[in-house]
Amino acid sequence: MDIATLAFSALYQFGDAFAFLVLSACGLAVIFGMMGVINLAHGEFIMCGAYVTAASVHAGLPLPLGILAGTLVAALVGVLVELLVIRHLYDRPLDTIVATWGLSLIATQGTLILVGSTMAGVGTPFGSFQVGAYSYSIYRIVLFVAALAVLGGLYALFNWTRFGVLARATIQVPHMAAALGVDTRLIYSLTFACGAGLAGLAGGLYAPTMTLVPTMGATFIMEAFVTVVIGGADVFLGTAPAGGVLAVVKSAMTSWQGQLFGQIGLLIAVIVVVRVLPKGISGFVLRERT
Amino acid sequence: MSALVSLLRRLEGPQTLGRGRGFWSLFALVLLGAIAFPLLTDGYTVGNTVYFFVWVFIALSLSLIWGYGGSLSFGQTAFFGIAGYGYGVLTINFGSAYGFTWLALLLAIAIAALFALLLGYFMFFGRIAGVFLGIVTLAVTLMLERFMAQTAGPEWHIGTARLNGFNGMSAMPPLTIPWFDEPIVLFADVGLYYVVLGMLVIVYLGLRILINSSFGNVIVAIRENPERAEMLGYDIRKYQLVTFVIGAALAGLSGVLYTVWGQYITPSSMGMTAAALPLIWVAVGGRSDLTTTVIGTLVVLAGFQALTIYGSQYALVFMGVLLVLTVLIAPNGLVLAVINWLTRLGTRRKQETA
Repeated sequence: MDIATLAFSALYQFGDAFAFLVLSACGLAVIFGMMGVINLAHGEFIMCGAYVTAASVHAGLPLPLGILAGTLVAALVGVLVELLVIRHLYDRPLDTIVATWGLSLIATQGTLILVGSTMAGVGTPFGSFQVGAYSYSIYRIVLFVAALAVLGGLYALFNWTRFGVLARATIQVPHMAAALGVDTRLIYSLTFACGAGLAGLAGGLYAPTMTLVPTMGATFIMEAFVTVVIGGADVFLGTAPAGGVLAVVKSAMTSWQGQLFGQIGLLIAVIVVVRVLPKGISGFVLRERT
Repeated sequence: MSALVSLLRRLEGPQTLGRGRGFWSLFALVLLGAIAFPLLTDGYTVGNTVYFFVWVFIALSLSLIWGYGGSLSFGQTAFFGIAGYGYGVLTINFGSAYGFTWLALLLAIAIAALFALLLGYFMFFGRIAGVFLGIVTLAVTLMLERFMAQTAGPEWHIGTARLNGFNGMSAMPPLTIPWFDEPIVLFADVGLYYVVLGMLVIVYLGLRILINSSFGNVIVAIRENPERAEMLGYDIRKYQLVTFVIGAALAGLSGVLYTVWGQYITPSSMGMTAAALPLIWVAVGGRSDLTTTVIGTLVVLAGFQALTIYGSQYALVFMGVLLVLTVLIAPNGLVLAVINWLTRLGTRRKQETA
């Protein structure tokens, strides 16, 4: 095996890990960055997206539309959850964790009761291509591109739209934003929906690659948590670079010792990083700049 | 002697509910009832009650760390599992002769506490607090479950003890008291009941003393306002770390007793659901008080078991609803709310008659 195929293999695995980390984390990061709230039901929003996507594909929709449906349904559920539960707990972040934890329990077990212990999956589209002796799935490349597109889309949303300006104002000084006439409640609501929708998108995108079980959210949340903890509160200065760094750790450990050690590597990375950079990468970068 | 008296005086204080003759006579009455309980009922119910008691320790540990210390930890389940597995590995390797099971109990708890010390050092000295603490401990717990679940192959063993992956370990010897002719084996029956009840009373009273001592006051001060506690000259990191380690040891005790009770331990006892349940008991009971935590845990556990007859998924959905409603309606816990309401009612009546 020559250097070029080896390099491609490493790059491919990095891209795969990066896409997984960023896609599963950005919904969580958007909500955390906005409200300082950690949504422990994040995995269940991902599950919701995946299930709706699979169900729509079974009903005859093409996959991209199915993913769109998954995203929208997750976002709608997000609005509902925000309205019923999260809204009442903004001044108690720890209680939000506990409440969303309860929601996650309800969602997992409820899905188990309603849909059963497993759901028919969706085939992975596009097939594969050959580099050197190995074959690679094209869909994984699509996922990597999708991760970059999501980051780009979020950048555009927060920097170039009216909603983005209002949202950033609300993040910085909520009272001042409210005093200037911003409906901060609406902004919170929309941001939560946006985070839930992103989770649904992640679920929809990964639905063709995994088995659909009610506990599938748990596969995502550890990676999502780790990325958000290391990244800190800012999506662009935090989540993206954290995704990059962690993807290197994960893909290296995985190709060296297997999947589990890739995850253990992530965990050790996060524990060491919180000791050195308590506010995450974005906290570090922002402190450097000011 | 005077040291003992001042220690006993700490049984009552500002951080715990219940004081005076009334409370302690009630306590004695409940204790008497608990002692008489095995005489009045059958072996199955006694074994089942031991099972309830086993969980109270982990609930108390969560009350200490979360309710009093203000740091939400999902790691209790991890310490529970570590100690449970530790006990299994030790006793399967070295047997139960010469009272070794008791040493294994202590060693298993020590392993869990050591792990907590290491993890806690990185967290508290990294000044991780609030929601991040919850996430990091949850990530550790989930990781541990995944790690143990994949240890199915024969290459995963410690000494002669196979870890057995998802099926977990079983057939470890129960706690054994060495006796002259024949050692007393404590199966999940009357014998174990009294041992665990004794431990429970000691731990409960010990925690009351701890939490009403100056150490406990500092812990509560940190919960109320970490910056202020620090300005007053306390190194809050050390206090938080010590609390965390004590909590881990208690959770470890729970894990060992669980393993002893059923003579098995599986990775799913460290999973998401397992981590959620103690949180629910403590939240519903009233996390910021030891007594309400004990009551809440026993009540919710009994309720959960009664519901499980209709299917454990439904019971878990109900538990989730209960948790969400508690957080929304009675953030300090339902049992605590009821007790506070009763006390207020009592004082009002007193004022009216006066």
